[in-house]
Amino acid sequence: MTQLALVIDLNVCVGCHACVTSCKEWNTSGWAGPLADQNPYDGSPTGTFFNRVQTFEVGKFPRTETVHFPKSCLHCEEPPCVPVCPTGASYKRPDNGIVLVDYDKCIGCKYCSWACPYGARELDELQQVMKKCTLCIDRITDAKLSDRDRKPSCVLACPASARLFGDVHDPDSEVSIAIRERGGYQLMPEWSTKPSNHYLPRRKTVMHIGQDELTRVDNPLRKEDLTTYTGEETLDDVAW
Amino acid sequence: MHPTFSVIFLTTLIGAGQGLFLAMVTGQLYAIARFLPAQTDQFYAIGSLVALVLLVTGLLASFFHLGHPERAWRAATKWRTSWLSREVIVLPIVMFLVFAYGAAHWLGLTMPLFRVGESLQVDATLLLGLFGTIASFALFVCTAMIYGGVRFIQEWHTPLTVTNFLFLGAASGFMLAAAYSAYISNPLVTFFGTWAVILTLTGLASRSAHLVRNAQMKYKSTVQTAIGVRHTVIAQKAQGATGGSFNTREFFHGQKQTTIETVRLLFMVLVFPIPILLIGAAYITSSPTLPILAFVIQYVGLMAERWSFFAEAKHPQNLYYQSVA
Ligand code: SF4
Ligand code: SF4
Repeated sequence: MTQLALVIDLNVCVGCHACVTSCKEWNTSGWAGPLADQNPYDGSPTGTFFNRVQTFEVGKFPRTETVHFPKSCLHCEEPPCVPVCPTGASYKRPDNGIVLVDYDKCIGCKYCSWACPYGARELDELQQVMKKCTLCIDRITDAKLSDRDRKPSCVLACPASARLFGDVHDPDSEVSIAIRERGGYQLMPEWSTKPSNHYLPRRKTVMHIGQDELTRVDNPLRKEDLTTYTGEETLDDVAW
Repeated sequence: MHPTFSVIFLTTLIGAGQGLFLAMVTGQLYAIARFLPAQTDQFYAIGSLVALVLLVTGLLASFFHLGHPERAWRAATKWRTSWLSREVIVLPIVMFLVFAYGAAHWLGLTMPLFRVGESLQVDATLLLGLFGTIASFALFVCTAMIYGGVRFIQEWHTPLTVTNFLFLGAASGFMLAAAYSAYISNPLVTFFGTWAVILTLTGLASRSAHLVRNAQMKYKSTVQTAIGVRHTVIAQKAQGATGGSFNTREFFHGQKQTTIETVRLLFMVLVFPIPILLIGAAYITSSPTLPILAFVIQYVGLMAERWSFFAEAKHPQNLYYQSVA
């Protein structure tokens, strides 16, 4: 079975919000209608987004590190948001595992948003239906697009290539290899929601040099010293 | 969580409505067993009508919670998995049975249909009362499980949520039955009043246990598991929006801690001791107004209780919305 998902490399993300704007641009222009904003040019702008980039500071100054953290629906393999929906508007596509909302069925009861521990769902205040990341379902299933373009908008927009897209059930896919070889992890594993999206951890490039490496036999800096023998058998005594 | 008035009205109004209906049926059962003087059919019919009005008002209030009330009928489709869907189905069933029970009394359909054992004459009102009782209990469970079934909101994810809804709803219904009897100077005031006090005390035990449990809550999720970084010091610097979002509006009550504590104290006083004292005083003085006052005060208290129930619940998604900038 296919499970499409994103793998986001926190080691690469620079927090530029290009994925946020490109997601908004694509998904506000589609057949499903706009992602409405309120006061977009005023003091307190607010609106519907599928994807947000948040920023966390880890550690205490001066030993701090900034983590830019893009967050969108994780397309859980056990999505707790789906069974609670009273109308069936929320569903998981059997063919590719993407969790979607049917905007024509949704009654805007917000119950599914309570059942998502990640806060990935946002109610559109204008249309009064629940919205969330669709992995650009209208793009990735559009056979008219070239293979290069049949990817979610955010993935194509990321200037640092921090976002990978693919089938996490295929062990040989780019995303599976990245998860396997670069320590990919899931958010809030304690809820057993089995998020399909994974994150690749921050990694510092640090060189570890042990004392033994400094005094290696072939180290030219190693001081020569002479062994003093006290009559024991040495290599010289071996009869070939 | 953000307390919404539509849901506060829905749960408290239908709770009182179901409770009043249960009180009517209980009264009828006691009368059949000759523990109480038999009442006129009109007494039950009007009681059921009041219960029905409460249920309908609650239903209307719930529509204000929906973004698309005109599609509400769709909510009955996923009853296999969703407690919300189950409530949407059971509520009209309760309303119908309450209506039918009242109508059967009004029309005097009290001809025995069959007989159980030697003396129990089963008529249409008794059958409808029985089915209505089952449906009312089912509705209490469905309503409470909408909240109790959300495992992420640990404050709600406990059987105590169900017992709270059940006992508090039943208490206010019996309180209303006492008020109704007092209003029409019916001798059943003491009977309903006693049950109201018993149910209020049971509710007190359940709600207090709930408060104690929640005060010791250990949360499963932390900011460390939320973003997957292993460090004891993690501070949010940006949440991706400066003017708030659905996530900040729906999941935060936005009140000061002192307000939360005041409301909690308020409901603990208004729901439990005051109505009990008023019912006691009404018993001694045979006052016709005190039971009405007891019901009104307890109902106001229950709205505060529901408000507090929402405000005390912390959703794990809040870990992603700790600070704006
Ligand atoms: S991240 Fe939230 S909205 Fe997305 S599938 Fe998981 S539970 Fe549902
Ligand atoms: S808001 Fe819409 S998608 Fe979410 S549970 Fe309600 S009907 Fe389903």
